[in-house]
Amino acid sequence: MAKEEKQTQEGMIPEDILQRWETRGVSRRDFMKFCSVMTATLALPVTMMSKIAEAVEGDNRPPVLWMEFQGCTGDSEAFLRANQPTATELILDYLSIDYHETIMAAAGHQAEAAKRQTMEKYKGKYIAIVEGAIPTAEGGIYCTVGGDSALNIAREVCGNAAATIAVGSCASFGGIPAAAPNPTGAISVSEAVPGATVMNLPGCPLNATNLTAAIVHFLTFGRLPATDSLGRPKFAYGKRIHDNCERRAHFDAGQYAEAFGDAGHRQGWCLYKLGCKGPETFHNCPTVRYNEGTSWPVQSGHGCIGCSEPQFWDTMSPFYKRLPNVPGFGVEATADKIGLGIAAATAVAFGAHGVASALRKGDDMESDQVIKED
Amino acid sequence: MLQIRYVWEWPVRLTHWFNVISVIVLSVTGIYIGNPSLSVPQTDAFVMGWMRVVHFGFAYLFVVSVIVRLLWMFCGNSYARWKAFAPWASKEGWSNIIGTFSWYTFLRKTPPYVVGHNALAAMAYSIVFVLFGVQIVSGFALYSLYDPNGLWASLAAPFLSVFSNQGLRLTHHMIMWLVIGFAIHHVYSAWLMDVKEKNGTLSSIFGGYKFIDPKDL
Repeated sequence: MAKEEKQTQEGMIPEDILQRWETRGVSRRDFMKFCSVMTATLALPVTMMSKIAEAVEGDNRPPVLWMEFQGCTGDSEAFLRANQPTATELILDYLSIDYHETIMAAAGHQAEAAKRQTMEKYKGKYIAIVEGAIPTAEGGIYCTVGGDSALNIAREVCGNAAATIAVGSCASFGGIPAAAPNPTGAISVSEAVPGATVMNLPGCPLNATNLTAAIVHFLTFGRLPATDSLGRPKFAYGKRIHDNCERRAHFDAGQYAEAFGDAGHRQGWCLYKLGCKGPETFHNCPTVRYNEGTSWPVQSGHGCIGCSEPQFWDTMSPFYKRLPNVPGFGVEATADKIGLGIAAATAVAFGAHGVASALRKGDDMESDQVIKED
Repeated sequence: MLQIRYVWEWPVRLTHWFNVISVIVLSVTGIYIGNPSLSVPQTDAFVMGWMRVVHFGFAYLFVVSVIVRLLWMFCGNSYARWKAFAPWASKEGWSNIIGTFSWYTFLRKTPPYVVGHNALAAMAYSIVFVLFGVQIVSGFALYSLYDPNGLWASLAAPFLSVFSNQGLRLTHHMIMWLVIGFAIHHVYSAWLMDVKEKNGTLSSIFGGYKFIDPKDL
């Protein structure tokens, strides 16, 4: 009991920090909620809450350069809707975002100069965030900013950063721009800048809570969180959607929605037969959810499309079927229909062979040794 | 005079029947897992759960059976050895391949007389072993997703990154049908040989003995 009390005390956020946030207009409740959400998302013990509270208000916050290349600004949109804390607070207070094409006030040469200044002043110390894929075909002309190609900018900015965070599936794996036939030769950030420290936060869009948590981790521990073989932080991509899904009990029971709007669908049964890619997608959507924790695709009745997996546009489609189409066959032919056809054709062919063999005369061996029974 | 020959040793027969049971159970449960078509109204059921438990259990049995059979290729008699599965490696094997093919296509009255596998069957089994291998690799790669930090995941990672998750899933489905197609052919051919050669081919996989006329060899 005494030990438990001590732990709670260790995890407690010091009073003076809470008061300082209150004077800035962030209620104690909201700040504590923010710290506990971050601690929980990062799967850290509750005792780390006070450390996180101290880190996010420290003076050593690194500047951030946010670059957008072949993307749809969906990740920026998701980030601007980050509710813990409100986007304005995060951008203006916690982080010093020195460059972000969508939200910065400066434009043109002024903006580019600010970026250059940050890069030179904080060389090896700032965080680079990249949204969107990087085209390489024809010298990278398909995406240029301020007269320079995305490839050159990424190499320079990410190469001199303390760490790079690739936000969204395009920056992480090439995403939709890199989908077949990939006309612009789009590649991911880690492919474009092989030497840089890149952490991938795939998703279409990424989950802003995961980005905030990753930054908080950096502020608290001075490094990015542990990643898996695809460069994704384990705290957010360490579990399959399927294994934390609220519809999982229906999957195990054998209860599936057969069509959108049918009885099973209305009862919240598993979306497996409607092509849900939850069983092959690693993300924390079921626990963190989107839009202030309101909902996520499967909760709202639509199967997962695997948007945070590599090459999802090519490998996870068709989105409403369990299996990919078989190359060379029509879109209506499923692998199992074709397979059944192969098995049936085998049976017919050998059946015919059997009939022919049965009618065949004079091919019996050892006929002379067969004793005829009366 | 017919001789009684002990052709299929017990590990060969045992792994053969474990493979048969595994292929049947894995196909039935696999078809359900791929396209769960049973109607389950009661909420406390565990139909998919059991199908998967059985599928994974028999997957392990199948792997052990295939590995034991592969090891026996290096310890067993000449009919069980790896050389018996590569008729293309010898001149005699080639003449048997052509001879057996001619017999199957009605160009020849009798097949080349062999005690163990005929040349075409041996080649088919080589391909089937490759299919088994692909099925095991793709199956365990898909199975590994339940624990991305586990042993299977680390072994499967290269396959998942090269062929993609869904690519392996498609392959796993297609090969099941090829194996079912092979099984149809296999049972038919064994029956045909049993009738035409009168060697006791069908019963030999139960007891191991074949009845061979030495003057035909």
